[in-house]
Amino acid sequence: MSEKLLEIRNMRTSFRAGGQYFAAVDNVSVDIYKNETLAVVGESGSGKSSMALSVTRLHNPAYTRVEGSILYQGKNLTSLPEAELNKVRGGHIGMIFQDPQSALNPLVKVGLQIEESLVYHTDMSRAERRNHALDLLRGVGMPRPELTYGQFPHELSGGMRQRAMIASALSCSPALVIADEPTTALDVTIQAQILDLMRSLQAATQTSILLITHDLGVVAEMADRVAVMYAGQLVELASCSEIFNNPLHPYTRSLLSSIPSLENSSERLHVIRGIVPSLKDLPRTGCRFSRRIPWMPPDSHQDEPELREAAPGHYVMCSCYETFELFQEMNTPCRC
Amino acid sequence: MPLLEVKNLQVHFPIRGGILGRTVGHTKAVDGISFQIEPGQTVGLVGESGSGKSTTGKAILGLVRLCGGRILFDGEDITGYIGRNRSPYRRGVQMIFQDVYSSLNPRKRVLDVIAEPIRNFERMTKAEELRRVHELLEVVGLSADSALKYPHEFSGGQRQRIGVARAIALRPKLIVADEPVSALDLSVQAQVLNYMKDIQRELGLAYLFISHDLGVVRHMCERLLIMHRARFVETGTREEIYNNPMHIYTRRLIAAIPDMNPAAREANEARRKSLEREYNDQFSKFYDADGSVYDLARINDDHSVAIPG
Repeated sequence: MSEKLLEIRNMRTSFRAGGQYFAAVDNVSVDIYKNETLAVVGESGSGKSSMALSVTRLHNPAYTRVEGSILYQGKNLTSLPEAELNKVRGGHIGMIFQDPQSALNPLVKVGLQIEESLVYHTDMSRAERRNHALDLLRGVGMPRPELTYGQFPHELSGGMRQRAMIASALSCSPALVIADEPTTALDVTIQAQILDLMRSLQAATQTSILLITHDLGVVAEMADRVAVMYAGQLVELASCSEIFNNPLHPYTRSLLSSIPSLENSSERLHVIRGIVPSLKDLPRTGCRFSRRIPWMPPDSHQDEPELREAAPGHYVMCSCYETFELFQEMNTPCRC
Repeated sequence: MPLLEVKNLQVHFPIRGGILGRTVGHTKAVDGISFQIEPGQTVGLVGESGSGKSTTGKAILGLVRLCGGRILFDGEDITGYIGRNRSPYRRGVQMIFQDVYSSLNPRKRVLDVIAEPIRNFERMTKAEELRRVHELLEVVGLSADSALKYPHEFSGGQRQRIGVARAIALRPKLIVADEPVSALDLSVQAQVLNYMKDIQRELGLAYLFISHDLGVVRHMCERLLIMHRARFVETGTREEIYNNPMHIYTRRLIAAIPDMNPAAREANEARRKSLEREYNDQFSKFYDADGSVYDLARINDDHSVAIPG
């Protein structure tokens, strides 16, 4: 594969609660290559958003600790001073958030919000900035860019707002765009348009995308590689077709069979036993998914599971996948 | 005889303007729709935000005022007293909400949440009531000691099951479920959908299942109503709608569902692009001069489409 853009090594993001720190992202290592889309999937509480926000250190440092290293162009983002980091944020790494309604400033015109990062990261004149913003608005498929430029966010529909935010994320031609649930708040037809747009923009600009989502449909439409997260750990990492056609980890396999999709028309959906453990009572040793597959014998799990390469480019955590059967002994009581 | 019959339902909201706040016009949220729900049937109401699907659900529950049309329940015209407290209609129709965090009163114990509808309609001693609540909790797979806990002690999926228990407390005939799983995680969603199906079989319930998720709707519903711009663009059985969608809007909606097969990516995008072109070119064929949807025309017994004859 092509060149590495970002190297995340042993990232551990902990939040303080009651004087103690609890790791929401626990020892995650993953690389993002140039011009690829890496999708991070998981349920709420899996740590996927915490991981994405840690890359640009957007958590409040008063109660957050980010350990490990995030290498970008030879610099370690975890130890970079704030002023240096501000050159990376928006300039080299753009962000697209889930809810454009709250991510855009309601009091500032759309055009000026798109220009904002140009003010910080370039020495363009006002007229140049305006032209660039109009180009961006045109690029994200706004029907009337001149009109939209002077409008406030509330005057735009949800899909148009999300386009405006994509334009603002792309304003400095970033090398990496972090998209945190970019289409979750949108209707399906708009979602399809935004995904098509992101794909075509990526083809044109050679940007890498770190896509955070819980929607496996979006993953199938967008991703080159997929990282599956469970309880703060990366449990499986493989190419998109591998994840959908040959999933290995019990969690991935359970998740895929619980989707009511057009293909999966069975009468009952698969239900994963128990609930996602909360940060505070997470088992920190052994296979974290073991409590939700109680029919698996204890010796099928590793004591210190590590992400290992099961097939070329296909990484999976814990050896329990080797003997895992989905619909086995459904009456074993759950251990959580 | 259908359980619920809705005839030419209309809900218009006033637009107020000017310094005196006079009504200057109306937004037609629901503009003349008719449908039926048979006992024990699940009917899916699908549309994008702003299509009027939630307003339809609210109108059936008597939560917004009707501007026209009639609602018949069990063959009886209940349009006049739809919002009246303690009517048999109120008892026969219950609801499940989308947001599991705001639909349960945080100050009430689960016992009180679930027993509230029972207290409104039935006289029971404390012991009988508790026994009933325990039964209901068992139906939705929660333990009996949950009754004395507060909603914040439960996860999202458990809360939605408490909502389901409350909805079935009076043994209703119809439940209006407005996006019941769209706020839930995948594995939790599967759990709630399974429970909803089990309960339907046990109690012979009918559902009006309002959702924008065509995968979930396909799993749950036998009949579908596709809503766009306050009217139905297409209605029919699940098989007819998914295998033979005829209205351009329905086809766009189905094409927009993400495909789980990564290999089909380019083909899907091309299909969506061509549908988009078709939508722009043939707009006048499917919508009248004002941009509204035509009246439904019957294709066969199981399928109607809003295309002018």
